[in-house]
Amino acid sequence: MSKPIALEVRNLVKYFPTGHKGFLGRPSQELKAVDGVSFVLSKGETLGIVGESGCGKSTLARLITRLLDPSSGQVILDSQDITHLRGRRLRDVRRQIQMIFQDPYSSLNPRHSVGQIISAPLEVQGIVSGDELMSRVREMMALVGLNPEHYNRYPHEFSGGQRQRIGIARSLILNPSVIIADEPVSALDVSIQAQILNLLEKLQQDLGLSFIFIAHDLSVVRHIADKVAVMYLGKIVEMGPSSAVYGRSLHPYTTALLSAVPVANPKKRGASGRIRLQGDVPSPVNPPSGCRFRTRCWKASELCASHEPPLIDMGEGHLVACHHPMEPSEGAGKPPVER
Amino acid sequence: MEASHPVLIVENLSVSFETPDGIVHAVNDVSFVLHRGKTLGIVGESGSGKSVTASSLMRLNNSVTATTSGSVQVSGKDLMAASDDELRQIRGSEIAMVFQDPMSALNPYYTVGAQIAEAYEVHHPNASKSEVQMKVIDMMTKVGIPNPEQRSKDYPHQFSGGMRQRIVIAIALVNDPKILIADEPTTALDVTVQAQILDLMLSLQAENGMAILLITHDLGVIAEVARDVLVMYAGRVVEKADVEDLFEIPTHPYSWGLLGAVSSLDDSHRGQLKTIEGAPPSLLNLPTGCAFHPRCTYSSENNGQCETLVPSLMQKGPEHSSSACHLQSARVVQIGREVGK
Amino acid sequence: MFLFITRRLFFALLLLFAVSVVTYLLFSALPVDPAALTCGKNCKPELIAANRVRLGYDKPLVEQYWLFLKGIFVGRDYGMGQAAFSCPAPSLGYSFSQHECVTTLIGKTFPVTAFLSIGAFILWMFIGVGSGAIAALNKGKWQDRLANAFTAIGVSLPTFYVGLLVLFSVVIWLGILPFPHYESPLEDPVKFLNAMILPWITLAVLSAASYTRLTRNGMLEAMNEDFVRLGVAKGLTRRVVLRKYVMRSAMVPIVTIAGLDFAALLGGAIITESVFSLPGMGKLSIRAVVESDLPVLVGTTMVAAVFIVLANVIVDISYGFLDPRVREK
Repeated sequence: MSKPIALEVRNLVKYFPTGHKGFLGRPSQELKAVDGVSFVLSKGETLGIVGESGCGKSTLARLITRLLDPSSGQVILDSQDITHLRGRRLRDVRRQIQMIFQDPYSSLNPRHSVGQIISAPLEVQGIVSGDELMSRVREMMALVGLNPEHYNRYPHEFSGGQRQRIGIARSLILNPSVIIADEPVSALDVSIQAQILNLLEKLQQDLGLSFIFIAHDLSVVRHIADKVAVMYLGKIVEMGPSSAVYGRSLHPYTTALLSAVPVANPKKRGASGRIRLQGDVPSPVNPPSGCRFRTRCWKASELCASHEPPLIDMGEGHLVACHHPMEPSEGAGKPPVER
Repeated sequence: MEASHPVLIVENLSVSFETPDGIVHAVNDVSFVLHRGKTLGIVGESGSGKSVTASSLMRLNNSVTATTSGSVQVSGKDLMAASDDELRQIRGSEIAMVFQDPMSALNPYYTVGAQIAEAYEVHHPNASKSEVQMKVIDMMTKVGIPNPEQRSKDYPHQFSGGMRQRIVIAIALVNDPKILIADEPTTALDVTVQAQILDLMLSLQAENGMAILLITHDLGVIAEVARDVLVMYAGRVVEKADVEDLFEIPTHPYSWGLLGAVSSLDDSHRGQLKTIEGAPPSLLNLPTGCAFHPRCTYSSENNGQCETLVPSLMQKGPEHSSSACHLQSARVVQIGREVGK
Repeated sequence: MFLFITRRLFFALLLLFAVSVVTYLLFSALPVDPAALTCGKNCKPELIAANRVRLGYDKPLVEQYWLFLKGIFVGRDYGMGQAAFSCPAPSLGYSFSQHECVTTLIGKTFPVTAFLSIGAFILWMFIGVGSGAIAALNKGKWQDRLANAFTAIGVSLPTFYVGLLVLFSVVIWLGILPFPHYESPLEDPVKFLNAMILPWITLAVLSAASYTRLTRNGMLEAMNEDFVRLGVAKGLTRRVVLRKYVMRSAMVPIVTIAGLDFAALLGGAIITESVFSLPGMGKLSIRAVVESDLPVLVGTTMVAAVFIVLANVIVDISYGFLDPRVREK
């Protein structure tokens, strides 16, 4: 039943030095961007990672792609520990994990033609050259829905959606096995978002890719992900199959997050039991003790302040880190409404 | 029939900009009325002209490159014909504005208290220091900022995004304006904070009866807060409707596409999202006839009308809705019901 | 903030120490024998040897440096008996070609450089910021194009060329002013102004160009900021918006760069001083180079370094006052 594993992350931690500097300029504090994150990504699966700004989701993406070095923990790709690889072996690994970025405007070099942009990874890796390179690039352009005739055009001649297609082509040219997409559609208009989401799904099916899809938009993740992890202040607070997390969220934060999403249906306006979280996310430099969500949680008890809840399996791969998980009777909308 | 109090009447507003590449027709022939205590939403994608419409209402566009025509009436005065002095009197006191990015909307060099105070003092030159100070604290309390006395001495960068947006709202509402223009007020915010800010705007509206013009690209936000909606595409209003009608029986092909493209939380079955093929046109070089026709699935049904004739807004379906489309009413309602479900 | 300032000052001192070591070593490595330069062409070897001992050049390099460093704090005595003389603290050494303590030489020449720098600075800030502001407010019109042309010319012309051009045209061809001859302003203010006006203009015109560009671009950038639009939307007058919103934000980088430019100038405007024969520190340095007068070179370099390091500290600190976002960190 268990599918082969494409990528595993074990207890990944990244602290950034920050804060007031002492006399000799040593930072006195640490920003706990990612604090003990573990998950498994199966082959051909899409894992969605959601959370608000500052939850550490983008740092996580950079750790996995080794754009940042973790403070501790492991990243395992195809049963090979890639956490500490350097030089040529790291380059080999980078071929396997590729990234799609948020901003299709700033992630493409404006002075390079589309052909150059898409073929650059091939040249860096020194695999193919000449005519073969050219035909690979044209093939890839066709695959992502760009006209291969536009090989010699420059990024500014394309619309936002087309530029994101260029970014996708560039990340696919090396035949990676894992794609990490960091907010790939959040800079795009709704009608274009749908085009790109459809493209990503089609590519995944055709090429058997594994996806990590990072986004703040819960609806988009709902649409594309098989499995969802919800992050809050550097930790995964809930993880499981999409249908379970969205259908019956166990963590109060997930429940609040889902209930805050505006519903495109005026008849549901002001529906009973909207949860309104108070205040802002606390600083990751100095997170609350115990459960990090407790300062905004309406169910918090003394236990939550003293003991950090572990991420435990509540059945069928649905994990939650909470001392007082949501009861089925509470549904998604029963908790006290706070305004 | 409820009594309506129009506070803002916009007629045939058109705005174009001169650019090195040619003339950009950002807004074409837009008309609408904003009523006291009500919220009108303008929804559209980038380049639809929704933000330019918003800034034209306060004449904030670059006066050198922009050409504006039409009329914008506030309390019987036409802003388009107003002198600079008259305009200043109206700005901030009768119409106020909330911008998209709270990170950049506040002056980084002054404390937030000073910025709220400044907005009050411009229109109350004779107010005493203590009166201004009280007003500042009062506004900060109203928009939900804890410890207002102390926090009024802080600079913008010491606040989170949500808190900054509250301060921008405090600045906007300090003179009790009749009209609040909110240009994507929650787009840069996290979803839980977005919910807080929308709640705040609605509760302040309930309190002081201001009219809100809400500009957004998010149909979810529209569904949550707007009463009437304008759908804009390529600088024109293509549909005008009651919010419920828009979602129940949308009457323009672009609205159909937009509604179909939204992924929702209930969307349990994975599968292809409906898309609108292609991309929005360049405003430098708009298609002839209906600007949407190159992307429209139904344009072939109208014997070439769509390619040549700009459709005008007409009632096609529900009573208070109108759309700019050449399709026959019956056909529009039939497809609209399918899309709206 | 206090911790920040002490830390910055501490590192500034450390940096100056490093500069002094490098400068001293670098100049010591030059293939000249300082002792041989102390007397003329037909100098007897015994005299050279005696001078070497007297000036301390017989000692190992490390000790020489130590004596130099010590001299800065406690002054320094040279020679013994009748031939003995001393340079009081802060002593930067003794010039063997001019037979004077380096500190005295710098003390004589520095006021000239300071007057030149201050006058030019005030002038160029007025011209630069003023023309930049006019250009920004009239973007695309003739004022803007004129300012752009001025910037392009000012940035690309070398100082010596403009200096000579001004000198020739005003003094020699037109004869409006007499040939500049420096006098202390306390002695003869008219002559002082006569001597200074042309160098001021030369320096100001050239430096102003980059400030014109900086001001213009800073203001245009600020005018596109959301917070400026919010200022207008509040109903503020154009004047208030320009002053509190636009200028305020455009001035921050200008103040930074102006501080550094001014400090660099205080170290000696070598070319301008040479062209207009002003007896300033730049002129002193040039003469020291020509005569391989190592102690003077080390001294002027150190003084220039102090100004630049100090200006950096001051700019960093003032940045905190100018921009509240920096104050926090």
